[in-house]
Amino acid sequence: MTRYTSATDADRAEMLAKIGAGSVADLFSEIPEAVRLQKPMDIPAGMSEQDVYDHLAALAGRNRDCEAEISFLGAGMYDHYVPALIDSILSRSEFLTPYTPYQPEISQGGLQVMFEYQTAISELTGLPVSNASLYEGPSSVPAAGWLAIQENKRTRFVVSRGLHPHSRETLETYARGFGATVHEAGLDETGATDVDALAALVDEDTAAVFVQQPNFLGTVEDLGVLSEAAKRTGALFVCAADPLPLGILAPPGEFGVDVCVGEGQTLGNRLDFGGPSFGFFAASEDHIRKMPGRIAGETKDVDGRRGFVLTLQTREQHIRREKATHNICTAQALNALAGVIYLSWLGRKGIVELGELMLRRTAYARQALPFEAINSGPVVREFAVKVPDMDALFQAARAEGVNPGYRLGRDYPEYQDGLLVAITERRTKEHIDKLARIAAGVGAEVTA
Amino acid sequence: MAESYPADLLYHPEHDWARIDGDEAVFGITWYAQDSLGELVFFDLPEVGSAVSANEPYAELESVKAVSDVYSPMSGEIVEVNAALSDAPETINDDPYGQGWLVKVKLSNPGEKDSLLSAEDYKGLLSQ
Amino acid sequence: MTSELVPERPDTITIYERSREGRRAFVSPETDVPETPISELLPAGAIRKDPAKLPEISEPEIVRHYNNLSKKNFDLDTGFYPLGSCTMKHNPKLNERVAGLPGHSRLHPLQDPAYAQGALELMWNLQGALSEVAGLPHVSLQPSAGSHGELAGLLLTRAYHEDRGQTRTKVLTPDTAHGTNPATVVMAGYEVVKVGTDEHGGVDIDDLEAKIGDDVACLMLTNPNTLGLFDRNIERIAQIVHGAGATLYYDGANLNAVMGISRPGDMGFDIVHFNLHKSFTQPHGGGGPGGGPIAVSDRIEPYLPRPQVVRNDSSNGHGPSFDLDYDRPKSIGRLRGFQGNYGVFVRSYTYIRSVGGDGLREAAETAVLNANYLKALLAEPGIAEQLPIAFDRTCMHEFVLSGSGAKQNLGIKTLDIAKRLLDHRVHPPTVYFPLLVDEALMIEPTETETKETLDDFARIVREILEEAAQDPEIARNAPYSTPVRRLDEAGAARNPVVRQPL
Repeated sequence: MTRYTSATDADRAEMLAKIGAGSVADLFSEIPEAVRLQKPMDIPAGMSEQDVYDHLAALAGRNRDCEAEISFLGAGMYDHYVPALIDSILSRSEFLTPYTPYQPEISQGGLQVMFEYQTAISELTGLPVSNASLYEGPSSVPAAGWLAIQENKRTRFVVSRGLHPHSRETLETYARGFGATVHEAGLDETGATDVDALAALVDEDTAAVFVQQPNFLGTVEDLGVLSEAAKRTGALFVCAADPLPLGILAPPGEFGVDVCVGEGQTLGNRLDFGGPSFGFFAASEDHIRKMPGRIAGETKDVDGRRGFVLTLQTREQHIRREKATHNICTAQALNALAGVIYLSWLGRKGIVELGELMLRRTAYARQALPFEAINSGPVVREFAVKVPDMDALFQAARAEGVNPGYRLGRDYPEYQDGLLVAITERRTKEHIDKLARIAAGVGAEVTA
Repeated sequence: MAESYPADLLYHPEHDWARIDGDEAVFGITWYAQDSLGELVFFDLPEVGSAVSANEPYAELESVKAVSDVYSPMSGEIVEVNAALSDAPETINDDPYGQGWLVKVKLSNPGEKDSLLSAEDYKGLLSQ
Repeated sequence: MTSELVPERPDTITIYERSREGRRAFVSPETDVPETPISELLPAGAIRKDPAKLPEISEPEIVRHYNNLSKKNFDLDTGFYPLGSCTMKHNPKLNERVAGLPGHSRLHPLQDPAYAQGALELMWNLQGALSEVAGLPHVSLQPSAGSHGELAGLLLTRAYHEDRGQTRTKVLTPDTAHGTNPATVVMAGYEVVKVGTDEHGGVDIDDLEAKIGDDVACLMLTNPNTLGLFDRNIERIAQIVHGAGATLYYDGANLNAVMGISRPGDMGFDIVHFNLHKSFTQPHGGGGPGGGPIAVSDRIEPYLPRPQVVRNDSSNGHGPSFDLDYDRPKSIGRLRGFQGNYGVFVRSYTYIRSVGGDGLREAAETAVLNANYLKALLAEPGIAEQLPIAFDRTCMHEFVLSGSGAKQNLGIKTLDIAKRLLDHRVHPPTVYFPLLVDEALMIEPTETETKETLDDFARIVREILEEAAQDPEIARNAPYSTPVRRLDEAGAARNPVVRQPL
């Protein structure tokens, strides 16, 4: 037997006798002979726990993680500090190992967490209704698009080129199923969405308009102006946002945003090479019955005690089936729990202090690095610059244990020499100065 | 309230009733329908002026864990909806034949009433 | 039921209600750069005026708050959780340890592949193992959950047909299907056509033949199905579907029953999704995260999502190297950001390497043994009259009982039985699914439970039924011992309170 099963030979004999079967193989007699596997699977034999540990540790050792270098990588996921209490609470079996809360009487912990999480997301986005989370960031964007199509039966999406490339590509993928088309408005010379270009694309058949705050280059968008352009013909205005800078930025809900979605990794979730994290989804009140996913609500039990339940479940696939508001089954409960713990840990003042620290260090980095800006507009934690000799910079930086950031060329051919630099609270003045020194050295070589 | 099927109403096999008054009729759902659905939590009011066709769904009723189409017993145009239900859908549970009515319809084909069931016939259907 | 000596439990309070002005858990790193006024760094209109009303609270209070909340959850590490269709098998602890190694957990998703070779090799190896379990040659790990894998599968189907110049408009789903299937069909732009169930609990072949045609893009099937039954006509079904040029999609929710025993690819399926949180031990986390990789046949491969992990075998004596391939012109594109839920891949890969190919087969065998044993215990006199089996055949990893007897004879519903189970510190089975079984109870014990646990569960069910024969009110008003009792779900839906007013 494997170490995760307990049936002894004696157990098997007794159980088979009770069933009235001669052997375990007899239990599979319903499977036609022709579709039974006649050989062992080509998967290596099991190993002892310590051998498996060594193998997984060896694989981990061949990755250069954010503890092994000074990383300026961002572009959608960020090296923020995850406080120790998150590890401690998330490792509790009572949070780690239950299924989705179908029996509310024995799931009050998880349900209350969802309610607290929804409250926090509502506060950050300035929108009254939040669900209990979706898979992750980019796939939350088409979820907003699907809500728009259900609400207004239109078939065009207009997106800013400042929306994360993964979000745009994911929206394109889903749009083929939705029977919708995607039209893109470019960025202006400051790195912000070109409002006139966006306005020109919005027509009577536009279901939704998508922008990102801050946008992919890090630029803080003028949501008020974009909102006006987006909503002229009755389209829904969707803002993908990074929730952490929303601690210091005016909430999207103040600008007429109908749906605010985004990647939740920055709220206390590990990088994990891209997942799992969570996507958040908040909306104005009038869209509550078209929201995707789980929603927790407050109520009372038969004795009048306060409690929480999954509510408005008739929206969901297990009840409404082909008429459901989305096909998603659960949420990212554990990751959303990390999110609400993180926000409690930061607290009302801390989220502002952290935002301001990032803002100032980023401003410092922009000055310190000897590169021309791609986006000259306001930024919080990330910015793009032109690097004359990218390969040389990476080579020199790698040699000193520094990862300078994300190369924009693959996603933005117009910024072939572009580098996206992220400054989280983990990147100190010393780190920034080091990158600046390396950059200056490379620059000197280039000009020499 | 206790199970009942008033004799002055006509019934549709999808558990709907019609109270006909000349060329107008009020529609609702039967005691059996509200009992099967359980506590009702939401009635998405159809719009006044929209057309309904006999044997076709014209609205949805929601309980906590079920959604049910509401079928129109007869054809016509909705002239009034029971707006009080948007705040208190439980009225349908409490009083399905009175305060819990759903819509009033101007009938386009009053002769359709001949294909509806009497209370006795409907009760017979339920006992099958 | 509560002893009078036990003081009443106080009402729960939220983290926001614990907040007191001036408390904090976070201490900011020092500002080591010029303290430029914020108004010089951001335009006035972009600056938040009122801070988000997050709690003000110290670390010990946060820890206490969430530890107390955790104690109001029932969990798999504490007790039996026979929730049908969810495969609540043990989540090995090693998985968590290795997933937490910084080389995995702190690796940035956009790290240059040259510096993420361990991660890419892990993904490659996991793809290989899943491919072998599915009996299909190509795998994409990208989808985030079963529902996401389903959508991937139907978008792949769409791309496949369109590439051949065909427009097909319908997707067939059995009436026993999980709700995600029809919901996915609509999001993928198809019309749902239901196929009936025959008297043995399998696909009604006559109905399938009546509904198949050149306008059908795909049949989505769960096998074993949601009744826990293996469809004996699977070869005939595949023949009919392929004969019409449609694809055959395998919903992998019930894969745990057949790992190493029968492979979807060998049954004729073109596309399979896996639930890493079911068969491959990713903890459910109270409802996520999960993982929903897909495996596909050769004819579907060109359309797989971007990027794909590729292996380059070098000729210079170094080992193979791994990369991400974005150059896939026929790809349906991305379904999400980055490469998928890598943290989930680490756990599932760890599980697979722990038990090996033979261990996976043994897991399936034991899951089926446990299910049939429990089914036999619940078929004994005293239980079977109240909870008759829906389809009396040898089941696979789960089986479905009907509470119709208890409703008629004892005046208690399936819901009441479920609620009374809570007082016995057992998680109830899945209830009221599948829809075609009256008062359904869907029971999946999984392979990691002992015979004693199954014996105990059968004893508890018997006790509940005997108790109800004496006094049905006990079950009707259960539970009594839980942190809260039955909740007003209708009130919550009528007047939704979905956030705390602050």
